[in-house]
Amino acid sequence: MTAIPVARRGPRERHTASRGVERKRRGLERFVVIAPKTRGPDLARFPNPPSMASKRTLTERLDAINEYDRQPVPDSRLQGPSSFAGFYAGEHVAGTEFVIGPLFVAQGVSAADLFLGLLVGDLLAVLSWTFICAPIAVRTRLNLYWKLRRIVGPRLLFLYNIVNALMFCFLAGSMISVAATAVGIPFHMAMPGLNDLYPNSLGWVVTVLVVGSVVTVLAILGFEEIAHFSKVASPWLFLVFVASGVAVLRQLGVTSIHDFWRVANERIWTGVPMQGRVHFTFWHVTFFAWFANMAMHLGMADMTILRFAKKWQYGLFSSFGMYLGHYVAWIASGILVALALLHGGQVAPGPIAYLGAGASGLIAVVLASWTTANPTIYRAGLAMQTITPDWRRWKVTAVVGAITTLAALFPALMMRLLDFVALYGLLLMPMGAVIFADYWILPRLGLRQDYAEWRKILFAWPAALAWFATLAACLLINRVWGLQIFFLGLPGWFIATGIYIGASWIQQRSAGPTLVEERA
Amino acid sequence: MKPFLKLISAVGLALTVGPAFLVFAGVMTWHRYATWMLVGTLLWFFSAPFWMKHHEEGSM
Repeated sequence: MTAIPVARRGPRERHTASRGVERKRRGLERFVVIAPKTRGPDLARFPNPPSMASKRTLTERLDAINEYDRQPVPDSRLQGPSSFAGFYAGEHVAGTEFVIGPLFVAQGVSAADLFLGLLVGDLLAVLSWTFICAPIAVRTRLNLYWKLRRIVGPRLLFLYNIVNALMFCFLAGSMISVAATAVGIPFHMAMPGLNDLYPNSLGWVVTVLVVGSVVTVLAILGFEEIAHFSKVASPWLFLVFVASGVAVLRQLGVTSIHDFWRVANERIWTGVPMQGRVHFTFWHVTFFAWFANMAMHLGMADMTILRFAKKWQYGLFSSFGMYLGHYVAWIASGILVALALLHGGQVAPGPIAYLGAGASGLIAVVLASWTTANPTIYRAGLAMQTITPDWRRWKVTAVVGAITTLAALFPALMMRLLDFVALYGLLLMPMGAVIFADYWILPRLGLRQDYAEWRKILFAWPAALAWFATLAACLLINRVWGLQIFFLGLPGWFIATGIYIGASWIQQRSAGPTLVEERA
Repeated sequence: MKPFLKLISAVGLALTVGPAFLVFAGVMTWHRYATWMLVGTLLWFFSAPFWMKHHEEGSM
């Protein structure tokens, strides 16, 4: 372990220079995507005095939160392949997998479309991590916060963090909703249906409030312990998915391996959507699987993780998450919901997990949701802390937990998860395209990388234009040509890249000397 | 002690997933499978946290 010299740290870090605390913070980093590991629970004990804080500018306060990660990762802290395989496998076998698999069934995808679509879509996601995100992460060794800060300036980054925090709150909210469907079973709570958008009973409201409160309090008290517990639960959880799917096959009429494909087509992925649902084809499945984590790969959020990789090829280890979580687990949960529908039962995650694995299934739903909601709340807290940098950590987590719990009251978040996940990725993706263009393309055009940092620009308008205009263009494409949200990420990425290059050209050519001119 | 704990964990995982295949093969009832799975779950969670590394040195 190489400790960062105290002299290079910010004022807060000097308080916590001990080896033990540093190790704790490094443990937190694994789960942080946006503004990682910078001011965890330990640092919260050393807030700046209010008088000192009030004199600092917004930029200084933002930077102080992220001070610890300012330097590129040193060679001594690079990680081997197993760290990445383990990380991705754990990250993508979560409570929401109990929702996404059933939603594919509800959308009427056929068996062949599902199996092939997931195969191709997951591969495209892995390739996006490997060829788009990992190379820049490995070359810069910076996390998303610092890389983006250099390109877009601190004020635009502030805005990005706010959007991010809200998205994380909603994502964690969907996980709390999922957990509530398992917790409510012993109390005979009325479960939300696939088409429920609003709270459907007092029991639901009470259960969500209790689950949300418990998750929030635990996130305040022991983020690190829960993070470790999440790591412990990960292999078990994957096996629960596998076991659940296998154990109920016989009830669906599969008595031998040869029956599977016939039953899969006739009773599970029938190709007939439920009322009010859009029919999913091979392309829907492919693009959904590809873009389900668009914020992480094309959006570059996983620079934070992959900057620790020895080689950019380590992006390929994302395949552990994709093919275990987004292939096997989605198929298994689809099988479970098909059985629930056959029996005329409830289709919420808790009941279908109970159908597949009994009490262990309920435990799996609660643990999978809780352990995934926990780091998500933490991430949201870090992003939210950019608004209130001088708040103590527990207070930020409490506010984030409250927003998350309120969001969780609406089953729409869970039952429309496919749409939400697509929207979440789309909103954040343009900034990833900006990073890509800034790193690879601008130098080839004789333009300067990290222009905002060089010019000390607080709000880089080319990046802002690329972000907002891309979202406006995607909305236009959706309204005028009817292209569904699941597909918009692809044209959106090219639009964002093109706008950023064009706007950067205008900005840099009209402002003065460029990199090329300087060199000359 | 660690090898023993690891053995218990391995048994726990085996009991979590193994009985499902016996149900599929028609040699075990669903209720018995669910019970064995719960046993496997308990074995895993009462053994794995004690030997899995809390934080790897220099972890991400």
